[in-house]
Amino acid sequence: MKKYLSFFRLRFVTGLQYRAAAASGIATQFIWGFLEILVFHAFYEADPSAFPMSLKAAAAYVWLQQSFLALFATWQMDPEILDAIQTGGVAYELCRPIRIYDLWFTKNTAIRISKAVLRCFPILLVAALLPSSYGLCRPAGWMHGLLFLLSLTLGLLVTVSLCTLIQVLSLLTLSPNGLQIIFSSATEFLSGAILPLPFLPQRLRALMELLPFASMQNVPFRIYSGSMTAMEMTRAILLQAVWLLILVLGGQLLCRRVVKKIIIQGG
Amino acid sequence: MQSKQTNSNDHCASSASECRTCESAHSADEPVLPKRGLLSALRLYVHYLSIAVRSAMQYKTSFFLSILGQFLVSFNVFLGIYFMFRRFSQVGNFSYLEVLICFSIVLLEFSFAEMWARGFDTFSQTVRSGSFDRILVRPQNLVLQVLGSRFELTRLGRIVQAIVLFVYAARSGTIVWTPAKALTVIFMIIGGACLFSGLFLIYAALCFFTLDGLEFINIVTDGAKEYGRYPFNIYGKKVLLFTTFIIPYALVQYYPLLYLLDRKREWYYILVPLLAVLFLLPCRLLWRFGVRHYQSSGS
Repeated sequence: MKKYLSFFRLRFVTGLQYRAAAASGIATQFIWGFLEILVFHAFYEADPSAFPMSLKAAAAYVWLQQSFLALFATWQMDPEILDAIQTGGVAYELCRPIRIYDLWFTKNTAIRISKAVLRCFPILLVAALLPSSYGLCRPAGWMHGLLFLLSLTLGLLVTVSLCTLIQVLSLLTLSPNGLQIIFSSATEFLSGAILPLPFLPQRLRALMELLPFASMQNVPFRIYSGSMTAMEMTRAILLQAVWLLILVLGGQLLCRRVVKKIIIQGG
Repeated sequence: MQSKQTNSNDHCASSASECRTCESAHSADEPVLPKRGLLSALRLYVHYLSIAVRSAMQYKTSFFLSILGQFLVSFNVFLGIYFMFRRFSQVGNFSYLEVLICFSIVLLEFSFAEMWARGFDTFSQTVRSGSFDRILVRPQNLVLQVLGSRFELTRLGRIVQAIVLFVYAARSGTIVWTPAKALTVIFMIIGGACLFSGLFLIYAALCFFTLDGLEFINIVTDGAKEYGRYPFNIYGKKVLLFTTFIIPYALVQYYPLLYLLDRKREWYYILVPLLAVLFLLPCRLLWRFGVRHYQSSGS
């Protein structure tokens, strides 16, 4: 356990070094979020009755999305790991007395948290100061606030376990790029990164909420603004935990299989 | 380095013998470049293009998967529009099919620019690795060489999608097509591709000063493509003013769209998108300024 903790710390500290990149990222995400909210406003003006959540909740969803982008963006995978797979550097890691799945899981978690820590606070702060239907409102209650944090953590871990699974699968293919881009574009839509899930038709939405992708950003962001009932929240959080368990156990199992018959590329 | 820079800067003209020495990659059976001028530049560009095609074909599976990936990424944006319009009948007085026309044309403009100006998009790597020094010592136009250094054929995935969406929206919509409107669409694509190429050029010119790519510039390239899916007037007056006068996206999107949809009938709306081509001038100046101030990264 201790060695994984130190890997975590190492990756976390490395991630904190990229402050200039973070500053420019914050500016980008801020404009991005603002335009997204303007789109929602335009649709709201066209037909308020068709809007499935309050305008305030939609704005909160957008700002949380922009603040915690680094936690959930599946197109931002740790380039080090993918590089190691492509160049054959992964062989060194396989020689070490560590479980590669756990190592990758730790690294992925650390890099996401470090990026998010650098970026989230300025965005959250400025968004909180904006006028109500454009800005970030306070959580619906202290209970919602706590559940938001719990669900945010679970959501991050589900995201990491999915990414690690893709990295394990990349060990089998020559070039991880194709697999990665198909995975990340599918996740974008299914997780509610393109459109919050309440905007989708009822049947499709019910189906998508059962998939692991909905256990990523969809649950915490909707809990925050209070657009879920107590019953829905409990169910969603339990589902997150179940998916996390399945994905981690499945990932470890698969990883052990893959490592047994791995062929190292390059050298 | 300094004197060579000013020499090689913007000179298409070069003698064939010089060319042969610098393009050492040429094998004997390949065509020798003609003497000078636009034609030689064009020949060289076509040659660069053929290299790009051949190199892409070396990794066929990866190439086609990347095309598929590009297709999927912009398909997500389309799905976003589609599902919004399952709920809402219109936004800012534009219907679903009208927004699709807007989205597909912007996607086409952007993808064309990205396909042929990708060398500028990845220019920070060129500067940092020192490859730009090699480009400087060749007696050919700099812009041409950077353009030729990358040719992103995988963007075909998006172009195909944009064309399919455009044809679908154009045929199912209520637009009565006239030659003038067809011409407007062509002008939009030309103007838009030039505008986005200009933005990539600015991005590359800034790399001379920062060495590193600036993520911030994404908002004016990728961001504009993303938010250009809806006509710019829905974002409010300020955004429309910005996109008219500062970075003229609206010239290749909102105004000509009004003509296509018969909301405006004045003839000059046909020519508005061509004004965006003028945007290339300041970009070119900034690029030249950057080249003058270029200091090799040393690696």
